[in-house]
Amino acid sequence: MAETEAGNRAADDQPIEVRFRGGGFAPKSLRWVGVAVFIVLIGLIQWGTQSGWISALTLPKPSDVLATFVQLWESGLLFKHLQPSLTRLVIGAALGASAGIAIGVLIGLFSYVRAGLVPLVAAIFPIPKIALLPLFVIWFGIDEGSKYALIAFGTFTPTVVATYGAVDNVDRSLIRMGQSFGLSWSSIVRKIVLPGAMPGILSGLRISLAIAIILLVAAEMLGAEYGIGAYILEAGSLYDLERLFAGVVILSLLGVLVSALIGLLEKRLLGWRV
Amino acid sequence: MGMDIRLDGICHSYGETEVLRDISLDIPTGQIVCLVGPSGCGKSTLLRLIGGLERPGGGRVLQLGAPPEDSLNPLTFVFQDFALLPWRSVKGNISLVLEDHGIRGKRSKAIIDDVLRRTKLADFADALPKQLSGGMKQRVAIARALAVNPAVMLMDEPLSALDAQTRELLMDDLVALWTRQPFTAVYVTHNLAEAVRLGHTIVVLSRRPGQIREIVRIDTPIGERRAGDPVCQSKHDLLWDLMREEARAADEELIDG
Repeated sequence: MAETEAGNRAADDQPIEVRFRGGGFAPKSLRWVGVAVFIVLIGLIQWGTQSGWISALTLPKPSDVLATFVQLWESGLLFKHLQPSLTRLVIGAALGASAGIAIGVLIGLFSYVRAGLVPLVAAIFPIPKIALLPLFVIWFGIDEGSKYALIAFGTFTPTVVATYGAVDNVDRSLIRMGQSFGLSWSSIVRKIVLPGAMPGILSGLRISLAIAIILLVAAEMLGAEYGIGAYILEAGSLYDLERLFAGVVILSLLGVLVSALIGLLEKRLLGWRV
Repeated sequence: MGMDIRLDGICHSYGETEVLRDISLDIPTGQIVCLVGPSGCGKSTLLRLIGGLERPGGGRVLQLGAPPEDSLNPLTFVFQDFALLPWRSVKGNISLVLEDHGIRGKRSKAIIDDVLRRTKLADFADALPKQLSGGMKQRVAIARALAVNPAVMLMDEPLSALDAQTRELLMDDLVALWTRQPFTAVYVTHNLAEAVRLGHTIVVLSRRPGQIREIVRIDTPIGERRAGDPVCQSKHDLLWDLMREEARAADEELIDG
């Protein structure tokens, strides 16, 4: 019985091709999809606002926002707002990120610094820096000083955390190799630890710089005549949605630009990664 | 001329766990001493003690005689995982160990060219480690070790991460390197074929705590040893007889009790 069954099977069954089941779970780079999502979303809002399905109080017309933006550009006001904002962003973020990287490396290298500063950083991290703005105004003055300080402070903590994590993750076998060849301590730090920590530092920088852009608006809440943040806050208090959104779009573009810059930096510095 | 290493009653523990017990051994100049033993017997630990990467719990590691004048790093490791800096090219990985001795420019280039030629890597000076196969990476690591002109090479399972064919090829390369210019080496491995092929002396360690069970000498010059050579085969069988029970017991041991 069993024999005939086996025989039948061999005779009847056509060879079946093995079913492919190894697809998915491998991200591909599909750049146009992101652009398409933007276009569809904006198109939908445009159609909704035009047909009255979305009320003018809920969202502005994208075309009006664009018109406001063009006006801003043509009147030269855009650069009047952009220039002080970019200055604040660059100076504040540079101060915060460089201090953060320095402290992060020290935490990564020295047990005493780690034991002393990690709890402090953990305590500072969750403080909404905006809450400290009045304090910063007293400490650093209502002019640019308090704005730099706020942005610097906000970028500092995430950079510290990312940096010491990155230093901790440097392959210990490379450090041991350096020691086995009698490399000096400073050589090991400069030639092995820092380049090895670079991937983690750069991905931390992505987050810190996004936070810096968020804090830019907060920094311009007090004592700023010009600046993207001041522009947005003013539009918000007047409930001028077109101007509000024009300002928000500028911030978004700024974010995309910063992210692209870091991407470029990663390509240049981290080409060795597998 | 030359520098011998003497291990004098080395003991070592990690916390409660005793890993090495009373190891005394001489490593003479110009010879390859293989350390074999079951996994976890502390042979890699012993190598790190010899190279000064760890401090022994008891006993002393002694250098007898001065290393050659031009030796930049008398005790030089070759690691199982190659330990190449992925962000430096082949050339850069070698210059790394020269820079600290103030060797740059022409002198550095001369040394790098020489060691790359000796390890058949001359065409790959500018390649990044990620572009190289495992065998090539280990050749770079060997070139880097040769660049500092070591008195003793400390090789920690240098071929264990490679496939069998590559291992054969690299063994031939090591034999050729040694035949051209004999070097002193302590060669840790769990592969008896490697030990029989490359070792003048083979030290068999017992399972934890590692002690010297047996020292086997092979007098056939290493350049003349071939696979299937009766002397080598009988030494291989002898070693396996010594290790079989230890390896089985070590395999069945629970980690950390």
